[in-house]
Amino acid sequence: MRASVSIRHGAQRSTFALFLLLAVGIMLIGKADPTLYERTRMMIADIATPVIGALSSPVAAGAELIEEAKHLLVAYDENTALREENERLRHWHAVAQGLESENARLRSLLNFAPEAEAAFITGRIIGDSGGAFLRSVLVDVGAREGVRKGVAAVDNNGLVGRVAEVGQRSARILLITDLNSRIPVFVGDNRERAILAGDNSDLARLVYLPPERSVGPGDLVITSGHGGAFPAGLPVGVIVATGADGGGELRVQPFLSPDRLEFVRLMDFGLTGVLQDQDLGLVSQ
Amino acid sequence: MSGSPWSSFDNIARSSTPTLLLLFLVVLGQLPFSLPGDSAVTPYFVLMAVFYWGLHRSDLLPAGVVFLIGLLQDALEGEPFGVNAFVLIAVYWFVASQQRHFAGRPFMVVWLVFALVAMSAESLRWLLVSVLTTTLIGPWSVTFEYLMTVALYPVLTLAFVLAQKTLPRGGGNFMD
Repeated sequence: MRASVSIRHGAQRSTFALFLLLAVGIMLIGKADPTLYERTRMMIADIATPVIGALSSPVAAGAELIEEAKHLLVAYDENTALREENERLRHWHAVAQGLESENARLRSLLNFAPEAEAAFITGRIIGDSGGAFLRSVLVDVGAREGVRKGVAAVDNNGLVGRVAEVGQRSARILLITDLNSRIPVFVGDNRERAILAGDNSDLARLVYLPPERSVGPGDLVITSGHGGAFPAGLPVGVIVATGADGGGELRVQPFLSPDRLEFVRLMDFGLTGVLQDQDLGLVSQ
Repeated sequence: MSGSPWSSFDNIARSSTPTLLLLFLVVLGQLPFSLPGDSAVTPYFVLMAVFYWGLHRSDLLPAGVVFLIGLLQDALEGEPFGVNAFVLIAVYWFVASQQRHFAGRPFMVVWLVFALVAMSAESLRWLLVSVLTTTLIGPWSVTFEYLMTVALYPVLTLAFVLAQKTLPRGGGNFMD
């Protein structure tokens, strides 16, 4: 009895050791050949998409119910605030219409080459890694629907992120707050160039901002279109000052709110930029 | 195994309960729980399950299953492949080999052990991801995930205990 137990112990030990070694091997291969794993990852995501998609609907419905209940409680105040805001927006609507027609006339006068029309693909967010390490979400559209790697993902507030990996019926979007996200932006009215860099927190950093900067809290951050990956002019966020007295480092509060994200539009402007990817065999539009 | 084909089918179905639970928890960890105002960090559900079943019925949870579940978690979360597989196997090994020291202890003791194991697991995960992505990842969201994981362990334990009651008797731990 004793002998058989110790043999079993030995066998178990070597099984565990083997699996640990296997995991190390997998990590090393992944480091050497990232595209292999990217493909594997999206293959697995493709298989899991219907399951996660089906389960995420009731979760979203539940969250919506809670949200609606909260809205009911503050409906009166909110209604008053919205009425005021509506007045203001009506005014701006009229202004925008005037500017739009003026802009069109001026462009035709100057023979300005128009920017490419964007093709939209709308996807539902089905998976949120809830990342301690990564800020990314999974959407239920993929190469089948014409999603390409590198296209911009926006919601009705502004830029959400970019498509980092594409499967047949799912795609992973790297949020702008992710550690690996770098986006060329314009800051403020002077359109100072900078790079928006995520660091896994809810606020993003600005790097490569010119030292004699003229930007401050409240300034708008929009995409600059440099690098050719994103179209110019997508709203990203506003500058906020950190620190108790507001004198700390300047950070960007993105318009993106990950906890409210439900649908995203993937905007394909036909820009290939720096993110070309031939080996995935993706559908191009 | 004696009895009709049905009872053996029933046995197989019940014996795979831990595996199915683990699969379910991996998917659960991916769902976008949009609690208003939270920073969207989900607890490390799978770790709780691996700890619990390693402690109580490791005969029903083969190491290979834990390994594959780890890889699935890596794929869905977008972490470097192998990280969760490594961490979960390491935890499973430790728990299954030490379980006789914890058997029959009060829940508070087990919880404390879980807190320590989870701390090592999250630190290891943090270290591996940082090294593999060659970026120093800020410790705050990992710490937050860790605290949520420890706080939710009693709740998950309750669910696991209920699941365990449906299981066929016998077996116990392979390290008994």
